[in-house]
Amino acid sequence: MENKPKNIPESTDDIIGDVTGSEYKYGFVTDVETDRIPVGLSEEVIRLISHKKGEPDWLLDFRLKAYRYWLTLTPPHWGHLNIPDFDYQAISYYAAPGKKKAPGSLDEIDPEIRDTFNRLGIPLEEQKHLAGMAVDAVMDSVSVKTTHREALAEKGIIFCSISEAVKDFPDLVRKYLGSVVSYKDNFYAALNSAVFSDGSFVYIPKGVRCPMELSTYFRINASGTGQFERTLIIADDDAYVSYLEGCTAPMRDENQLHAAIVEIVVEDRAEVKYSTVQNWYAGDAEGRGGVYNLVTKRGLCRGDYSKLSWTQVETGSAITWKYPSCVLAGRGSTGEFYSVAVTRNHQQADTGTKMIHLAPDTRSTIVSKGISAGYSENSYRGQVKVTPAAEGARNYTQCDSLLLGSNCGAHTFPYIDVMNPTAIVEHEATTSKISEDQLFYCNQRGIPTEEAIGLIVNGYAKEVMNKLPMEFAVEAQKLLQITLEGSVG
Amino acid sequence: MDKDILLKVSGLRAKVENKEILRGIDLEIHPGEVHAIMGPNGSGKSTLSGVLAGDPAYTVTGGSAIFHGINLLELSPEDRSHEGLFLSFQYPVEIPGVSMVNFMRAAVNAKREYFHEAPLSAGEFLKLMRAKRAIVELDNKLASRSVNEGFSGGEKKRNEIFQMAVLEPRLAILDETDSGLDIDALRVVAGGVNKLKTDRNATIVITHYQRLLDYIKPDFVHVLYKGRIVRTGGPELALELEERGYDWIKELEDNK
Repeated sequence: MENKPKNIPESTDDIIGDVTGSEYKYGFVTDVETDRIPVGLSEEVIRLISHKKGEPDWLLDFRLKAYRYWLTLTPPHWGHLNIPDFDYQAISYYAAPGKKKAPGSLDEIDPEIRDTFNRLGIPLEEQKHLAGMAVDAVMDSVSVKTTHREALAEKGIIFCSISEAVKDFPDLVRKYLGSVVSYKDNFYAALNSAVFSDGSFVYIPKGVRCPMELSTYFRINASGTGQFERTLIIADDDAYVSYLEGCTAPMRDENQLHAAIVEIVVEDRAEVKYSTVQNWYAGDAEGRGGVYNLVTKRGLCRGDYSKLSWTQVETGSAITWKYPSCVLAGRGSTGEFYSVAVTRNHQQADTGTKMIHLAPDTRSTIVSKGISAGYSENSYRGQVKVTPAAEGARNYTQCDSLLLGSNCGAHTFPYIDVMNPTAIVEHEATTSKISEDQLFYCNQRGIPTEEAIGLIVNGYAKEVMNKLPMEFAVEAQKLLQITLEGSVG
Repeated sequence: MDKDILLKVSGLRAKVENKEILRGIDLEIHPGEVHAIMGPNGSGKSTLSGVLAGDPAYTVTGGSAIFHGINLLELSPEDRSHEGLFLSFQYPVEIPGVSMVNFMRAAVNAKREYFHEAPLSAGEFLKLMRAKRAIVELDNKLASRSVNEGFSGGEKKRNEIFQMAVLEPRLAILDETDSGLDIDALRVVAGGVNKLKTDRNATIVITHYQRLLDYIKPDFVHVLYKGRIVRTGGPELALELEERGYDWIKELEDNK
């Protein structure tokens, strides 16, 4: 007689298969009138986008130069990724939801759009919002609302969409746009520079500590489009800002392209914390659909003793190709990168960072936690470069992989390039699995397997989660739990 | 059935990877009792505790285990826990990054949910933790550290009894709780177990040595050998084993 208890799943793989197969709850579509230009990409299309946005000539020239350069490039294939050929002529490069003129007050925002952001937990009404956070909400190609602008303006802080910044602060934008990520940087950066639509612009003046978290929420809604946002953050001498970015998209069978650029400039003794919770639609269990998240994020620590800290929690996207980097050009400047990347089903992620030490006494820290489940592939790729001038530079890298199940892959590709003998560079890496023993221990204490996996994964990622701002940390913890949630047994 | 029986194990057989380890165990435990299970290495002591707690590493191949009227073998490990079965592990597992506080909170609230009770508030829960910590003299720092991570052998065992104190089981199985303990730690751990003893709950103490039984007094001593209970007696049986070893039992059994 076989007397196996009913509720006990056959093996850890089964449990994890169930637990990691759960649904995406942001997959709805908003039914809203969309102003969309015809599909395809050409100089005409770029002129049309620039015209729609009422841009000055210098910006049109910038776009055209980038476009012509892009035509000479082919997509990079060095990532540990299988990126299917993408037909760049088959999508529309500009899609604006709702009314054609920018809404001044909340009443002018299409109620459907307001509802959308409410469902996403991002109320656009300031009084309803977390007191300590200002939000720029971007749907498809345009910013629909930026909250708390007046309160921030009193301190001289500029927080608006980049389209508005081009109109209202053209000198600042012109000075910094493309100064950290050149349009020549890579294929996707060239594409973004040619067609970028909206994104956020932040300027923190000298000596100002931004009194609230600044946040941009990106939403892809329209089908047959991509999102090409551009974010530019400048922290002047002795300034401080903490900036958050969140993103979701509807569930669709098609693959949508998201090719963004984030540029950050950090001046003397200034500090920027940039946090991302990336939850683009990841495709279904068979790997159909999902967003291709191909982004270039880089910060220039130009000032002496400046500091830039990237924290990312990556749970979404069918494909992620992303390396938020720090160029440490100021003496004694500090770069940090804290990352949790979760892949499941057929997701692929190739993500990491670059720490480029150009000046003496520069410091960098990298903590990367990969979690792979299902049939996914999860790679850490990181470069630490110490140039001859970077006397006394230090780097510490810790790179951990956690495997859930036996059909997924975890890979580590470190590139260490040290050209100054006084530099100290450390690299530690581990790979582990959730053990049957850990799960049984939790079960014996009454904790069901699904919850146990959530606990264990959150524990594993804690070092990174602790770096997120408080309001976000709780959300991100829940997201990790939900991402790995499902019915058991 | 007899309401006074807490656990009735009949003809229990179990295997691991096609090797039969338990070959017909019979055991009856009443509330208020302490049972010691002794026996040489490889006799099946840890298998018995694992099978009762529902460790998926073992497959039950026959017999039954009725726990206060419920068919224990049909329950998931977590439901066995909720119904009042607790296993103090011989080798408690480390769970990096998960604080004891979060771990125990998940455990307590899972049990409350099972009985359709609202989760404890943070305040109530911390009060409960404080009260139970005192029983095994577990200091606050340990409770805020990750589950068993970097704990010494003694701290791990103390932490097991602390969890037992929080969960208030009807039946606690202590698997080799004395292994790796120095005499001071042994006293604290045994003291904790004794403080938790009532006339409504029961304890199974699995051990190699008489030493632990000086501190936790058994009502019955069973000798397990080759997957069967071959002798049952009072505390004097443990003393006899201490003096004579297991060889005489092995000889008697092997020559049967």
